[in-house]
Amino acid sequence: MTLNALLFQALNGLSTASGLFFIAAGLSLIFGVTRIVNIAHGSLYMLGTYIAYSLATKIGGAFGFWGGIVLTALIVGVIGALIEIVLLRRIYRAPELFQLLATFALVLVINDATLWLWGPEDLLGPRAPGLAGAVEIFGRRLPSYDLFLIFIAPAVLIVLHFALAKTRFGRLMRAATQDREMVGALGVNQAVLFTSVFALGALLAGLGGALQVAREPANLATDLVAIGDAFVVVVVGGMGSITGAYLAAIIIAEVKALCIAIGVVNLGFVTVNFSKFTLVAEFIVMAIVLIARPYGLLGKPQGVVRSVAEPEAPIRPATPMLKVLGAVVLVLLLALPLLAQTSPYVLVLATDVLIAVIFATSLHFIMGPGGMHSFGHAAYFGLGAYGAALLVKLAGFPMLAALFTAPLVALLGALLFGWFAVRLSGVYLAMLTLAFAQIVWALVFQWEGFTGGSNGVIGVWPAAPFNKSWAYFLLALAFTVIAILVLRRFLFAPFGYAMRAGRDSPLRAEAIGIDVKRIHWLGFAIAGCVCGIAGGLFAFAKGSISPEAISVSRSIDGLVMVLLGGIQTLVGPIVGASVYAVLQDTVMRQTEYWRALLGVIILVLVLAFPQGIAGALSALSRKLGRKPGGAA
Amino acid sequence: MNDAMLSVAGLQAWYGAAQILHDVSFNVGRGEVVALMGRNGAGKTTTMKALMGLVSRRGALRFNGADIAGLRPFEIARLGLGFTPEDRRIFSELTVLENLDIGRQPPRQFADGAAAPVWTPERLFALFPNLGEMPNRPGGRMSGGEQQMLTVARTLMGNPLLVLLDEPSEGVAPLIVEQMANTIIELKKEGLSILLSEQNIHFARLVSDRVYVLEKGEIHWQGTMAELAGNLEVQRAYLTV
Repeated sequence: MTLNALLFQALNGLSTASGLFFIAAGLSLIFGVTRIVNIAHGSLYMLGTYIAYSLATKIGGAFGFWGGIVLTALIVGVIGALIEIVLLRRIYRAPELFQLLATFALVLVINDATLWLWGPEDLLGPRAPGLAGAVEIFGRRLPSYDLFLIFIAPAVLIVLHFALAKTRFGRLMRAATQDREMVGALGVNQAVLFTSVFALGALLAGLGGALQVAREPANLATDLVAIGDAFVVVVVGGMGSITGAYLAAIIIAEVKALCIAIGVVNLGFVTVNFSKFTLVAEFIVMAIVLIARPYGLLGKPQGVVRSVAEPEAPIRPATPMLKVLGAVVLVLLLALPLLAQTSPYVLVLATDVLIAVIFATSLHFIMGPGGMHSFGHAAYFGLGAYGAALLVKLAGFPMLAALFTAPLVALLGALLFGWFAVRLSGVYLAMLTLAFAQIVWALVFQWEGFTGGSNGVIGVWPAAPFNKSWAYFLLALAFTVIAILVLRRFLFAPFGYAMRAGRDSPLRAEAIGIDVKRIHWLGFAIAGCVCGIAGGLFAFAKGSISPEAISVSRSIDGLVMVLLGGIQTLVGPIVGASVYAVLQDTVMRQTEYWRALLGVIILVLVLAFPQGIAGALSALSRKLGRKPGGAA
Repeated sequence: MNDAMLSVAGLQAWYGAAQILHDVSFNVGRGEVVALMGRNGAGKTTTMKALMGLVSRRGALRFNGADIAGLRPFEIARLGLGFTPEDRRIFSELTVLENLDIGRQPPRQFADGAAAPVWTPERLFALFPNLGEMPNRPGGRMSGGEQQMLTVARTLMGNPLLVLLDEPSEGVAPLIVEQMANTIIELKKEGLSILLSEQNIHFARLVSDRVYVLEKGEIHWQGTMAELAGNLEVQRAYLTV
């Protein structure tokens, strides 16, 4: 590797950074003022590329391309304004997680709308008129368009910086970022301000996406990749700081470029291929930054949002009626193997549901009573699944031994990651857990020799007598019942009280002698360990495990299950996981556009039942049958 | 009572599930300085927030001839009701001039068509010379007294007809307290009405025409400032600590 090659890769990194910057800057501005983490921001970016492609090819010529980019930015800005007016405006007062869920539903809807409008093929736009050539630099040819991208990002940064500093709109934005209620009390219409900020953020994402049109093909997977990258950039740079976003975009793009430039290095005793680190590089940077500077490079501690949500009601022990109901459900489930002959698929589906129940219940354990919103629960699922599969394949473990060891593998991972995660809170904690999950994912994806890479580990079938679907179902049921009872036992033990005390009032909890971080760390580890059971069961149920099964979408599935069921009840995750797993399996297979359908269902649920299904049911039952002598 | 700028009847207000105000009724006439007095926790600040629509509330609220009971904070502010919070809530990242700009609103008129005083940064710097010396200083790097002046000035930029002044004398140096009193008298001369919340009778005496005494979310006494000054019994019962 020569110095020239290194410098050339560094230039490449700078042009990649520009796309990252546009989307991250918009995300950051929106979060600063509205406190909404817009997961759909990557979708707006993706739309930008598609719309710019259509304009450039349909209109054609220099005007179609350059005019198309400007027009695209405006169109995406308008789409952003519509999203804010139609959807987000209704949920500003809802808990933070519901806002995340709603914007995630938008991701699904926009993705399918894009599929419907543009089709599944990748679409590569034309070369940029006037910048189609390349310049000779460091002995290599760099496309002139890349050079243009290198300069456009700082140009937009400067324009934004002056707009924030010198215009009334900019002053209002900065004031609202600090204290939006006071801005309202001074006569400023927040609704208009929020809509404009959202439109501006969307416009930036659309512009960033549109600028990619001559560089990379429009692709349906861009939305989640882009939002993942943008989260990392925003968190590293500091929420609400656009200069921080630019700095972070550069750092991350450069670290990735350097990994590629370094390539394969022989360290004497071991050969390391650095280019394989590109997938994890950004998450490692983020983990380091968050640990050293919890609010990002240029960020400040988040202003206290004056909470409008009601405080959480204490969780209640199961009522006699609930216990009877639970027993009835258990008896029915035990009778399910009777269907093994007539409809064998029911047992396969039921096993999937049980795995989802363990997954969601363990996630709820830290999200609800622990107040730690993990966006990376798939990590522990993956550690359990890969742990079980590799123990069988490489160490020759029998199935049951592997199933019992899988949670221990997950426990070790949760102990390690949790130690860092509990030092943060809120959005930052969510992003760090996401980063850890991505590290696990990238590790199994890249470490082909050990994990089988993208093919995964195959041929992990259950041993007799569990090789019959009904027998495996009963085994899964036993694990599920034990997992749920163990988690409940923790919650109603002093440990559980301490965990909730730490969630509701960390300072007061510390003052009465509770080591909040330690308690939350242990809670995190317990949840990870139980989640490992689900992973182990999954590996044997499917006979294989691949990176796809532990990707970010599994973490999101878990969040959806917990929120669907309702975060404030203990039955919630069980109901939510069952409903979601069955929905995903049956309804969603009926249509090519199942993502959009799922998204619409989530949106309806979020708008109609802000407490989740189980939460709404229990509120209803409290209203209908308030028994004398019952808890008021 | 026909020319009351602000009339409040049967006001109730809540913080979450806790009811703070039970039944509060009072009025402020045009050009009048009225003090809401009472100890900590009596409900003075909540009354002001309820008027601005910042806490959930119920009751008949009329301001300058308009019903404001169902309006949102920014709509109420745009009718000319100015609010200076007790904790000041200065935008610490913004400079003095920028803070003033956030409060800027168009000139407005009283219900009878008379023009309300119009404020500019220049006029406000004449009223608060300290602020004029630091137009570009960020709000976060000012003393408590300077922030208190900036809060009042920021509210005046909205050209209000009536100003809600929440404990302007709290936690600032005696010299500033005196200056605040002069400012209130100055504003009254301009024709503005002021509703002042205050624990300190010495300060209230300097500026107020009438007084309402609050205790546990209800009005317990009302009268002129002179009457309260002579009524040691009421002072002992509701004001002295």
